Amino acid sequence: MPAVSKGDGMRGLAVFISDIRNCKSKEAEIKRINKELANIRSKFKGDKALDGYSKKKYVCKLLFIFLLGHDIDFGHMEAVNLLSSNRYTEKQIGYLFISVLVNSNSELIRLINNAIKNDLASRNPIFMGLALHCIANVGSREMAEAFAGEIPKILVAGDTMDSVKQSAALCLLRLYRTSPDLVPMGDWTSRVVHLLNDQHLGVVTAATSLITTLAQKNPEEFKTSVSLAVSRLSRIVTSASTDLQDYTYYFVPAPWLSVKLLRLLQCYPPPEDPAVRGRLTECLETILNKAQEPPKSKKVQHSNAKNAVLFEAISLIIHHDSEPNLLVRACNQLGQFLQHRETNLRYLALESMCTLASSEFSHEAVKTHIETVINALKTERDVSVRQRAVDLLYAMCDRSNAQQIVAEMLNYLETADYSIREEIVLKVAILAEKYAVDYTWYVDTILNLIRIAGDYVSEEVWYRVIQIVINRDDVQGYAAKTVFEALQAPACHENLVKVGGYILGEFGNLIAGDPRSSPLIQFNLLHSKFHLCSVPTRALLLSTYIKFVNLFPEIKTTIQDVLRSDSQLKNADVELQQRAVEYLRLSTIASTDILATVLEEMPPFPERESSILAKLKKKKGPSTVTDLEEIKKERSSDMNGSAEPTPVNASNVSTPSPSADLLGLGAVPLTNSAPAPSSSGSLLVDVFSDSSSVAAPLAPGSEDNFASSSDLASSEVVSEEPADAVHDADELIHKFICKNNGVLFENQLLQIGLKSEFRQNLGRMFIFYGNKTSTQFLNFTPTVICSDELQSSLNLQTKPVDPIVDGGAQVQQVVNIECISDFMDAPILNIQFRYGGTLQNLSVKLPITLNKFFQPTEMSSQDFFQRWKQLSSPKQEVQNIFKAKHPMDTEITKAKIIGFGSALLEEVDPNPANFVGAGIIHTKTIQIGCLLRLEPNLQAQCSVLFQMYRLTLRTSKEAVSQRLCELLSEQF
Amino acid sequence: MVNKQGQTRLSRYYEHVELHKRTLLEAEVIKNCLSRSKYQCSFIEYKDFKLVYRQYAALFIVVGINETENEMAVYELIHNFVEVLDKYFSRVSELDIMFNLDRVHIILDEMVLNGCIVETNRSRILAPLLVLDKMAET
Repeated sequence: MPAVSKGDGMRGLAVFISDIRNCKSKEAEIKRINKELANIRSKFKGDKALDGYSKKKYVCKLLFIFLLGHDIDFGHMEAVNLLSSNRYTEKQIGYLFISVLVNSNSELIRLINNAIKNDLASRNPIFMGLALHCIANVGSREMAEAFAGEIPKILVAGDTMDSVKQSAALCLLRLYRTSPDLVPMGDWTSRVVHLLNDQHLGVVTAATSLITTLAQKNPEEFKTSVSLAVSRLSRIVTSASTDLQDYTYYFVPAPWLSVKLLRLLQCYPPPEDPAVRGRLTECLETILNKAQEPPKSKKVQHSNAKNAVLFEAISLIIHHDSEPNLLVRACNQLGQFLQHRETNLRYLALESMCTLASSEFSHEAVKTHIETVINALKTERDVSVRQRAVDLLYAMCDRSNAQQIVAEMLNYLETADYSIREEIVLKVAILAEKYAVDYTWYVDTILNLIRIAGDYVSEEVWYRVIQIVINRDDVQGYAAKTVFEALQAPACHENLVKVGGYILGEFGNLIAGDPRSSPLIQFNLLHSKFHLCSVPTRALLLSTYIKFVNLFPEIKTTIQDVLRSDSQLKNADVELQQRAVEYLRLSTIASTDILATVLEEMPPFPERESSILAKLKKKKGPSTVTDLEEIKKERSSDMNGSAEPTPVNASNVSTPSPSADLLGLGAVPLTNSAPAPSSSGSLLVDVFSDSSSVAAPLAPGSEDNFASSSDLASSEVVSEEPADAVHDADELIHKFICKNNGVLFENQLLQIGLKSEFRQNLGRMFIFYGNKTSTQFLNFTPTVICSDELQSSLNLQTKPVDPIVDGGAQVQQVVNIECISDFMDAPILNIQFRYGGTLQNLSVKLPITLNKFFQPTEMSSQDFFQRWKQLSSPKQEVQNIFKAKHPMDTEITKAKIIGFGSALLEEVDPNPANFVGAGIIHTKTIQIGCLLRLEPNLQAQCSVLFQMYRLTLRTSKEAVSQRLCELLSEQF
Repeated sequence: MVNKQGQTRLSRYYEHVELHKRTLLEAEVIKNCLSRSKYQCSFIEYKDFKLVYRQYAALFIVVGINETENEMAVYELIHNFVEVLDKYFSRVSELDIMFNLDRVHIILDEMVLNGCIVETNRSRILAPLLVLDKMAET
């Protein structure tokens, strides 16, 4: 061995390091470092030319100082000079300094590039290696520009040394990652694939990393790598442990290469060629068999390396998800690991089994391990292992074991680590909802959640329970009774008070018959918690009280007394004070009928993705919540049946009276116009909003998991879009003809959500811009553009938004809309912002269409046909015959006509299969009466392809008939 | 590489991280490792990546990986790295690493480049370094 004991040669360095080590305080250390920096600087600046040895010594010192976390702002030039030295030692230290310290200082990069160019041309393998390492480590764009053409040649040239090939492969990988556009695919690609056949396993290892990345982006070009990888793998796994000499690690043949090859194969589906497929299956079986054989060595290194390969093989089996036999064997193997004494193996087995649970072939096999996993939850000493156990229970849960799993999770929650409680709460809430056969079980579970881990029950969870109780009338009485009982506890969590307050306010009447829960008792019970609660909860309770006034007239005076008390009427909190004043007033002056209308029971909530699920996804990244679609499906059939959005509290929309809004329960966006500006007033916002608009800023502390997706975005999806490319033109608009809320547009970076409301010729649209990445958007400028023609008929006013949108955050913009006269085009929303270094520019049409200004008109059959005849001139009628795009469904069609804005007139048309509608388009200048008739051609209903509709519109204005007909035709 | 006192002895980044964030990151990472007992597994979920760590006497070697890596393979790669160091320095100690930072860097660069494995065979990893040492002697 070379003499490398400390102090050898570089005494100065040793002294300096010892000094640092002896420093008693941070200050002393900084002082010593500054002294050294000054010393080195003066040496570099000095007249005397430094010899290579001194330069090397100083560069080593700088490296050490940098390692301690101090910035080094000089020495770069000296390092660059070292690059051109002919002495290996000096050149090496120069490259080391640059790879560690330089990122992309363009001035220097040019000089560095020069040196690299010389070394690459030197044909000295050691120098070439250094130069390639440097490119691979720095990998700036300038380097890619300079070398992206050269490196593939070095890589595939016949006379290149093995070690240089290895470096060149990873160097190319780096350049491809930083600047894929500069690395052109070409002849070399097929030759790179053949490196998998190289006799040198080091070359194969490096090449496999490169090919894996390239194959992910260009699967077609690299398809041939599959068979080559399989045959290489097969040669490795079947080799005797001595065959591969240098690459055998503790009797395991080439473990890291095997892992890489198995990973490469995960870029592709199972091989189609039966021979290749058979060979691969053989390999995988051999790997599984080896796990059962007695170990060739007692050393832990042996089993670790063997298991690394085994886990990767199992990942591939799961990825292919096509061989039931292998899947079950994998599951059994992992089952053995679940009880292994090595914690690492238990952890990895749980993690791997979690993905295995989602395969239909192995789901049942995974379920057989439920007791072991539950036991792990109870006995594991490592929180990360317990966390994996929770994940696995969640993944293996289905209807057959939901009750057991939810019970075990609730059990565990009592003692669970604080760091994972919130996630467990979300999981329990989701499972309870998803597998609720009996909604009383669901209600019990959620109330238990609040009891056990109230602090960790996020808003989404209690919003959701209320949403479900409101939508399912079979559980309302039970829910009221249960919350009433839960509230009896002397100390109950504030979240329970919220749920209790809301549910009793809606359904307290269902249990009021029982003298033990009479109205007065209910009220006193809630009010006994009032003073212990925070402002938003108190605000909610005040709303409950006013709802009680309607439900239980007999306790009206008691409630009025409470509202009238100084602590309410003169409350320092303006929101509470205002509620007290207004509710008191409302209860005094409004007639019973008005009260009953204003305080009517909440209508069912529209069905949408659970906000809890959205939250869990946010916490865990999308990949872990795979069963979203399934949940959606199950729920829309389980719950309230209708997939069409139910209009939310129509009275609020048409008469935005302060009191209605104050309840904070109705259509939310209008709260702005009402006097209550409160945060508490919008307590239930999330329940109404699409999961998209729940996006909101990420909860502090929750780490955003978007990094990978933003990488993706920056490398391929986001090209600069010319501003005139309007996305899908009218496609997006058609989605919104019959509805007002939803996601307008979404790409890798940005999601645009809409909520809008229209009344007569006025409207208001809330645009929500969600930054899906973890990086800030800068200069974020959305602009609404109307063509000249449109400007005269549509008056739009917007406020500018904050030009910076933080990663994961959402900003909102309000558009106030006034319709002056009828119009054709839709306004365009143009959005520009900077993401990373690039300017993004996109345009979408805003779905502000003429039909939004419809007011429905009810009329009798006689009136209808009388007017129909009056509008019979050819200029007033527009007709369109078109093929149905969707299956004909009467209920959906009706909902669409109502969503379109006109009244749906039943029993008007003599043919009951036809639909007729009537309404008035309101503009500032004129009002236009419209009649419409939709006739499905039932005779032609032999195949979906030939289902036809005839749509006729008659209005007093030809252009309006034309436009409405166009818009509506797209909907069926 | 960080010792039990939380002093970084070697750090290598394969993605650009600002200097001031490095110190913070390193401190947090080692805090995470130090707080673990021997009953716990060698993998820690940290932000959006995973830490794989191994302890040798007072020295921790921690590797941050994303989901495309195989934990066990990385875990064993750490050991391979240590064996190479051990072979080169004949019974490597923390001091060897401090006083020969450049050489440790060379070894690491020969094994891992841009976050990918280049070479796992011990003699091939050490070959360039031996050339270097021979030149230094002459």
